Amino acid sequence: MPRPEVPGVIKGLGVTFRTMLKPAVTVQYPHVKETPAPRARGVIALLEENCTVCMLCARECPDWCIYIEGHNDKAPPRREGGKPRTINVLDRFDIDYGLCMYCGICVEVCPFDALFWSPEYEYSELRIADLLHDKQRLGQWMDTVPEPPAYESGAQVKPKKYASPAAARAKNAS
Amino acid sequence: MTVTEPQQLAYIAGQAAEARLRFELETEGMTLNIGPQHPATHGTLRIIVRLDGEQVVWADPSCGYMHRGYEKLAEVRKYQQVTTLVNRIDWLSSFCNEVPFILAAEQLYEVEAPPRAQWIRTLLFEMGRIANITLFLGEMGVQLGAITPVFYAFRDREHVLNLIEAATGGRFHPNYDRVGGLKDDLPKGWVEETKAVMDKVREFCDQMEDLLLGNEIFERRMRGIGVIPARVGLGYGLSGANIRASGVDWDIRRDEPSVLAWKDCDWKVWTHTDGDSFARYWVRLQETREAAKLVDQLCDGLPSGPIMAKMPARLRVPKGEAWVHTENPLGEMGYYVVSDGGPSGPFRCKIRSASFNNISILPWILRGVYVPDVITILSSLYFILGDIDR
Amino acid sequence: MSALLAPALAALAVLPPVAAVDVTTYGWVTALKVAIVLGVIPAGALILGYVFLLKMMSHMQSRLGPMEAGPHGVLQLVADGVKFLQKEDIFPSRADRRVFAAAPLVVLMSTFLLYVVIPAGPRAVVEDLDTGIFFALAVSSISVIGVLMAGWASANKYALIGALRAAGQLIAYELPMVLAVVGVVIQAGTMSLSGIVVAQANYEVSVFGLFEIPKVPYVFPQIVGFLLFMIAAQAELSQAPFDMPVAESELVAGYMTEYSGFRFLFFFMGEFGSAFALAAIAATLFLGGWYVPGMSMDAVASDIIGPLVLGGKIMLVAFFIFWVRFTYPRLREDQLQSMAWKVLIPISLVNIAVTGVAKVVF
Repeated sequence: MPRPEVPGVIKGLGVTFRTMLKPAVTVQYPHVKETPAPRARGVIALLEENCTVCMLCARECPDWCIYIEGHNDKAPPRREGGKPRTINVLDRFDIDYGLCMYCGICVEVCPFDALFWSPEYEYSELRIADLLHDKQRLGQWMDTVPEPPAYESGAQVKPKKYASPAAARAKNAS
Repeated sequence: MTVTEPQQLAYIAGQAAEARLRFELETEGMTLNIGPQHPATHGTLRIIVRLDGEQVVWADPSCGYMHRGYEKLAEVRKYQQVTTLVNRIDWLSSFCNEVPFILAAEQLYEVEAPPRAQWIRTLLFEMGRIANITLFLGEMGVQLGAITPVFYAFRDREHVLNLIEAATGGRFHPNYDRVGGLKDDLPKGWVEETKAVMDKVREFCDQMEDLLLGNEIFERRMRGIGVIPARVGLGYGLSGANIRASGVDWDIRRDEPSVLAWKDCDWKVWTHTDGDSFARYWVRLQETREAAKLVDQLCDGLPSGPIMAKMPARLRVPKGEAWVHTENPLGEMGYYVVSDGGPSGPFRCKIRSASFNNISILPWILRGVYVPDVITILSSLYFILGDIDR
Repeated sequence: MSALLAPALAALAVLPPVAAVDVTTYGWVTALKVAIVLGVIPAGALILGYVFLLKMMSHMQSRLGPMEAGPHGVLQLVADGVKFLQKEDIFPSRADRRVFAAAPLVVLMSTFLLYVVIPAGPRAVVEDLDTGIFFALAVSSISVIGVLMAGWASANKYALIGALRAAGQLIAYELPMVLAVVGVVIQAGTMSLSGIVVAQANYEVSVFGLFEIPKVPYVFPQIVGFLLFMIAAQAELSQAPFDMPVAESELVAGYMTEYSGFRFLFFFMGEFGSAFALAAIAATLFLGGWYVPGMSMDAVASDIIGPLVLGGKIMLVAFFIFWVRFTYPRLREDQLQSMAWKVLIPISLVNIAVTGVAKVVF
C-alpha cells in the first residue's frame, strides 16, 4: 500500500519549524560588516597624477555629475635645450555622488587610468551638499582600491596594463 | 385645477435630473482607488474599480506614476549610456533588460560578440530570471497572508545577487554589457560558487513547493481564480508565464533564432492547461528550477575565448533599424532601435515591455471578481512598475 | 488562600491607620487577586508578544528580530508601548466620539473578564464560578460588540466593511468553540474550570480492561475537540489563516484603521491578552491546567508551582497558535464561513454525540 501523502498543511509547518531551528542569516550591521566583492562599485577614486584633464569622463557621464576644471601651464622640457612643454593642470575634480548612477562609464573610458572603483560604501552624509567629493577626498579613496581579482579559467582577456592601482601609480613615477 | 406650464416644465426637469442621477452617475456601486500607494500593487499602479458590495463591476488600470521617459532619454544618450538607463526598467532582473538592447545595438553596429560573451550573457540572463522569479514565489504568499515565504525568497536571492555583484560590480544594476561583448571577464572561482548557489535555489524551490504550492489553503485561494483563456490572453498581448499557464506553448528562447546560448542547452518549456492563478504560480516555480538547470549547463559548457569582439573602427553607426526581443522573466521584452547614421546614440529606441501588455487584461479579468481575489489576480499576473511605465 | 495571605496581611495590620481593618475579608482578598490579574495580563501579553511575535516569527523567517532595545530586544515591546502612548489622540471628524472611545475599552474589558475564571492553582483563581467555562465563552463574545462599535464609529466605509467581516467571522466561530467544549464538560461532569482540572487529575483510562492509565488529560480522548477548539481559537483571535478582517494587503485596512496611539495599544493588548487567556483556557480544558501528576491538590506549594505549570502549558499552546499563524496564507471570507458552518459544526456535533454515548456506556 503506498504511503499516504502528508497533507500540504503539515509539510508547510515542517518547513517553518526546521527553519526556526537553523541559525538566522541576519548580519547585524553596524556591529558586523560584510565585505563586498572586490569589483563592487562603491565609490570612485581618483589618482590625480595620472589625470591629464582630457575631460572624457565628464563628457561620457550620463548624469553629468563630474565637474572638472583645469588650466594650461608650462613644464620644464624633457631634455636639455628643448622647448618647455605645455601640460594640463587639474584644478578641480568633483564627483557629485548625489547624482552619480554608479554606472562606471567614467572609469572605463579614462584613457590614462586615473579613475578606479573601490568597494567602500560607508560615506553617507547628513547634508546632500556633502555628497560632492572633491579632488582630495577622491584621492583618499585610492587607499581602498583593491587589486583586480584573477580571471576565471578559460578567459583570454588581456588584463589592462594599469588596471591595478599599484601599477597605475608606478606608471607616473617612472 | 389645471397644471400650469411652469409646473409642467419643472416636472419634466425633475425627471431629467433623476434620470441623469440614476443612469449617468450610476449611484449604485462604490468607486475605489487601489493604489497608487498600496501594498498589493508592486509599485505605483492605480487601479480604479467600481464595486457593488464585494464584487468588482468595472476596473481600469491607470499607470504612468513612474514614467521616467526612458525612450526620450535614450534619444540623447550614447549606446553605452542607454545601457545604464535600461537596467532600471525591470529592476529585479536588470541584466535581462540590457541584453536585448545590446543585441539590437550590435545589429546596428554590424558586430557579433564572441561565443564566450554570448554564453556569459545567457548565464547572467538566467540568473536574473532566478532573482526575479524567486521574489515572485515568495511575495505571492504575502499577498495571500502567508508572511514567511517572502523572507526565504529574499534570503536565497541574496546569493544570486552576490554572484552578480562579484562578476559585474553591481547587485541590482550590473551595466555589464558592452556593444561587442562584455565589460570584463568572470572572476576566479565564480563558476564553482554559481553551481553551489544553484543547489540553494533548488532547495528554495522545494521549500516553496512544500510551504505554498502544496498548502490546501493556498490552493483554495488560487485555483479557479483569474482564469485567462488562451485566445483572450493572446488577444491582449500577454506573454511569458502568464500565457504559458493558459496552455500556449510559446517561448522566445526556443522559438526564435538568437545568438545567445539557449540553443546549446537541453531544457524544457513548462506549460499548464488551467490558466488560473495557481497555474501561473506553478509554471513560474518550474521555470525557476529550469533556469537553475540551465545555469548549471551553461557553467559546465562555458567556452574559452575573448569576451570582446574587435570593434570596427568607424565614426558613425550605419543607418538602420533593429528589433530584438527576448524571453524576460516578466514576459516578452523587445527593443526597436533606429539609427539615423549619427555618431553615437540611437535616433529612436522603442521599448516593448512585458508588464505594460500584461496589465492591459485587467479590465477584462477583474469584472465580477470579489475584492480579495482582486489582490490574488494582480499578484499572480506579476508586473513590475518600472516595466509598465519605463 | 487565607493561610497564604495571613502573614502578609498581619504585617500590614501593624501599621496604625490600617490596624483596624480586617484584611482577610472577601473584599480585600478579591481586590488583591484583581490587582494580580491586572498585572498578569500586560505581563502575559508582553511575554507572548516578545517570545512568539518577535522572536519565534523572526527565527522562522531566518532572521533575528529586534536586538537593539535591551539585550536581544526584550525591551522592544516596552519601547513600542511608550511610542504608542506618546502619540496624538486623533478622532476622525465625523466619528461618534463616545462610541469611538468606548470601543477599545469594550474589547479590552471582555479580555479582562476572561481571566476571572482561569485557575492557576487550587486556590489561585479570582472566582471559581460553577459555570466557569460557560461564563468565559459568553464573556469572550462581548468583544464582537466592541469590534462593531469600532467599525461603525470610525465613519469610514472601509472600516465598517472590515468590522462587519470581523463580526461575522467571530460569531461563526463561536459555535465550534462552544460545541468543542461541550465534549469536555460531558466528560468532566462540571462546567467549573477548577472542577475540570480536578476531573482530569482523577481521570483514568482503562485500555481494553487490561490496565489503567491514570491522570490522562482530556486532549487524548477529546483530540477532535482539541483540534476544533484550536481552530476556533485561531479564528477568534483573528490570526492567519483567519485574519481577513485585519488583512493588511487588502483594500480595507480593518476596523482598527482610524485608531492611533494608546487606543490602538488597547486593541493590541486585547489581542495578545485574549491569546494568553484562550491559550490558558485550552490548557486548562485539554492539557490538565495547573496540574501535573505529582502535585498535591491542596498544598500551598501547588499555589506557587501551579501558575508556573500553567504558564508552561500556555506557552506550548501559544506556540501552536503562532506557528500556524506564520505559516499559512489566509482564507477568503466566504471560504472561512463555509468552513465554520459546513465542516466544523457538524464535526463538533458528532463529537458531542460520541462523547455522550461513550460516557454513558463506559
